[in-house]
Amino acid sequence: MVRRNFMKTISAVAVTAAFGLNSFAALAAETIKVGVLHSLSGTMAISETALKETVLMAIDEINSKGGVLGRKLEPVVVDPASNWPLFAEKARQLLSKDKVAVVFGCWTSVSRKSVLPVFKELNGLLFYPVQYEGEELEYNVFYTGAAPNQQAIPAVEYLMSKDGGEAKRFVLLGTDYVYPRTTNKILRAFLKSKGVADADIMEEYTPFGHSDYQTIIAKIKKFSSEGKKTAVVSTINGDSNVPFYKELGNAGIKATDVPVVAFSVGEEELRGVDTKPLVGHLASWNYFMSLKNPQNEKFTKAYRAWAVKQKLPNADKAVTNDPMEATYIGINMWKQAVEKAKSTDVDKVIAAMAGQSFKAPSGFTIKMDERNHHLHKPVFIGEIKADGQFNVVWRTPGPVRAQPWSPFIPGNEQRKDQPEGR
Amino acid sequence: MHKLRLLLGICLLGISCAQAAIDPGLLRPLAADDSDTRIAAILALVEAAPEEAQPVLQAMAGDSLAVAGERVVVLGAGGRVFDAASNRELTPPPAGIETIGINNRVRRELASALAALRLFSAEREVRWQAAQEVNQNVDAKMLPLLDRALAAEKDPKIRARLQLAHAQASLGSTDAAVRLAAVKTLGESSDPRVRQLLLPLTEKQGDTWVEADSAVRAAAGTSIRSIEQRLAWADNLGRAFTGLSLGSILLLAALGLAITYGVMGVINMAHGELLMVGAYSAWAMQSVFRAHLPGALDWYLLAAIPVGFLSAALVGVLMERIVIRHLYGRPLETLLATWGISLFLMQVARTLFGAQNVEVANPSWMAGGIELLPNLMLPWNRIIIVAFSIAVLVAMWAILNLSRLGMFVRAVTQNRPMAGCVGVPTGRVDTLAFGLGAGIAGLGGVALSQIANVGPDMGQGYIVDSFMVVVLGGVGQLAGAVWAALGLGVFTKFLEGWTGAVVAKIVVLVLIIVFIQKRPQGLFALKGRFVES
Repeated sequence: MVRRNFMKTISAVAVTAAFGLNSFAALAAETIKVGVLHSLSGTMAISETALKETVLMAIDEINSKGGVLGRKLEPVVVDPASNWPLFAEKARQLLSKDKVAVVFGCWTSVSRKSVLPVFKELNGLLFYPVQYEGEELEYNVFYTGAAPNQQAIPAVEYLMSKDGGEAKRFVLLGTDYVYPRTTNKILRAFLKSKGVADADIMEEYTPFGHSDYQTIIAKIKKFSSEGKKTAVVSTINGDSNVPFYKELGNAGIKATDVPVVAFSVGEEELRGVDTKPLVGHLASWNYFMSLKNPQNEKFTKAYRAWAVKQKLPNADKAVTNDPMEATYIGINMWKQAVEKAKSTDVDKVIAAMAGQSFKAPSGFTIKMDERNHHLHKPVFIGEIKADGQFNVVWRTPGPVRAQPWSPFIPGNEQRKDQPEGR
Repeated sequence: MHKLRLLLGICLLGISCAQAAIDPGLLRPLAADDSDTRIAAILALVEAAPEEAQPVLQAMAGDSLAVAGERVVVLGAGGRVFDAASNRELTPPPAGIETIGINNRVRRELASALAALRLFSAEREVRWQAAQEVNQNVDAKMLPLLDRALAAEKDPKIRARLQLAHAQASLGSTDAAVRLAAVKTLGESSDPRVRQLLLPLTEKQGDTWVEADSAVRAAAGTSIRSIEQRLAWADNLGRAFTGLSLGSILLLAALGLAITYGVMGVINMAHGELLMVGAYSAWAMQSVFRAHLPGALDWYLLAAIPVGFLSAALVGVLMERIVIRHLYGRPLETLLATWGISLFLMQVARTLFGAQNVEVANPSWMAGGIELLPNLMLPWNRIIIVAFSIAVLVAMWAILNLSRLGMFVRAVTQNRPMAGCVGVPTGRVDTLAFGLGAGIAGLGGVALSQIANVGPDMGQGYIVDSFMVVVLGGVGQLAGAVWAALGLGVFTKFLEGWTGAVVAKIVVLVLIIVFIQKRPQGLFALKGRFVES
């Protein structure tokens, strides 16, 4: 059975290669190349593989409706393998060798920081689909994920509210790199402004790919037993989340005692975990698969169908999540901008992106800010249900404008809310 | 206020009412939009119909309470729908069913309402659970309830729990004698929460003591000290256990390498991938059981043990026959060749199973843990892995020291030409020994699949740790590997407690470098004539 699959893959590759060669001359002039820069192996593959699939699905959708400016889109997929310097190498390859018009890619902030110089130097265009720490505004990048004020701050405010459990002590737990460190810096300043003392905040970091969370769980237990109501804010990224949640469940930390709110855990990451002991733990996002509206129904159905068609592992249980939605918004907005600019020229497309809007699966019409390259997004807070989906327990009335320069970091007042042009 | 009404409701419990239907008007507000209304509805329901309320609240806590139009319904197994008010099945099921989602605050209220109701259950186990839950969230207003429960309770263990809860609730009493008795009872507790309750009694607020009575104050001090002693004890015990658990994992990862590298001298860079083969076997068995034996799914792990051993051993034997045996005595070439094999195996896994991690679920008998003390919980999966690593170690010791193969392996290691001269088939012994080492790595992989992620790259994370254990223990020494694994595990965990995971990792690596500089032969050195050659 395995062998049959293997043979199938080989023959599929052969067929594609033959087709590719045949039609190469005809297509080359007409297609618009689109780069896909997501880790398909390594510690981040758990999160990023689905984003690659989303881009491919959206490209398929756009092509089936006639493409962009009458030209078909042609994806160029590369695998930077969760290796940050390799991201820069692959980005350079996409921009200078494959001459792609736009790149959709990156998850971790460290990978984004690693490709930035390349995009600046070669004047490329990157759509970054993941929530991040802010403190950055680049001319060549559009940020379709959440800034801290669209995810982290509302989540902590919710934990401090009556329904969230009136938490007074906080554990800030993360993977050791720029996103968790910066987010926690912002959160610490925010908590201080709300009157939480330093002694009531515990900050902990683990390396990428860490898999032994016993000590940390024991520490959380100890910290939470020292008095006031405690909550955990987790910025753990990648596949470390699976052992973390397994340990959490086994150690019997219940959401009613110590709720854990995560910023990088969605439906996709929870697929590898038994969610029954985790019921009630939270996540804060701008989209959940469980949202009920016509756009979302269309989106989730389309992705399921895509997963089945592509024979993805566990296709029958394929899920959608926030970064996938952000990717989907990004590629559709890019298409609109190209049509408005009547060109794939990077400078013209960037100018045309300002103010684009799109009816997103979150149920809201999402707008690209005229100035700051970020989306206006609604914020949802969901509790994990036994089936691995989220039950939305809090939401903003409408989309919120992003603040890439957090007001809780000193010195940001003078920052301009607009990237420096070329 | 709410709690008080809840208690009034519960005090009515003794009076048994006929199995009457619940007023639907009481149920409807359970589906309200804001939590305040819902919590009020829960309390009102408990008050009005304590007996009938239990299944409804249980359904609500289990996400199976729903609304269909104006009617509140309970969703049963197999798509059956029951009316919550009358508990009658609705056929055909009504349209437009929407589950009532609850948040943590409502969940907490539900848990405490249910625990209070269950304190009077006929089953001992249910009452025991309830008594424990009541202890989590004690309130002075619960005193009458606890009094009633204590009066009815016969079981000494449950009584002790209830008495602790009772003492917590009576701390706010106006009678100094009651407070003194309560403080003394609480000294028996080993719950960190109780310590937190007692601490304010020994503190001054401005110039006045929070607790006016000096006898109570002194008793509180004594109680806190005895609780703290117990807590510190449990803390260290917990830390030692996590160290033991990490040590057992390191040992499982390194044992195979202790044979292939330690005994046979092959620098096997593909060792991590042999672990991966074992872990993927666990996943494969899980898939097989899921497809063909869904009833016995919980036992897939037992089937995975021989399968993991055999498949990794097979890969090991192939490696040895095809590549490694041509390279004996040339360590650098072996290193390069095995590194190549490791890349090859990773790519094969990626092609066969995909680059993403695969999901390996813990069987239900490995989930959860035993709570030794309120602040010390030992998870089952860790305990089982510790036991498993001991079993593997014993089996390996037995093979090496009691079996004919083991004798040959030791003979070949000690003096290859002489062993050959007396008729030991050295070539075949090498193959079998390498296969054995690989198979044990496969067993390690099966165990790792239960706590870590299973993916094509998983071996990379363990190769460094494995070499660390074998080199630190002394090459060629099984006992050395055991001590090194346990030592590293416990040391890392105690260090993590002080410095955090990132710094602990750095410190451990630096210390190992220093140690190897000072003592290159490791903890235990082989003695004898042939060691140097």
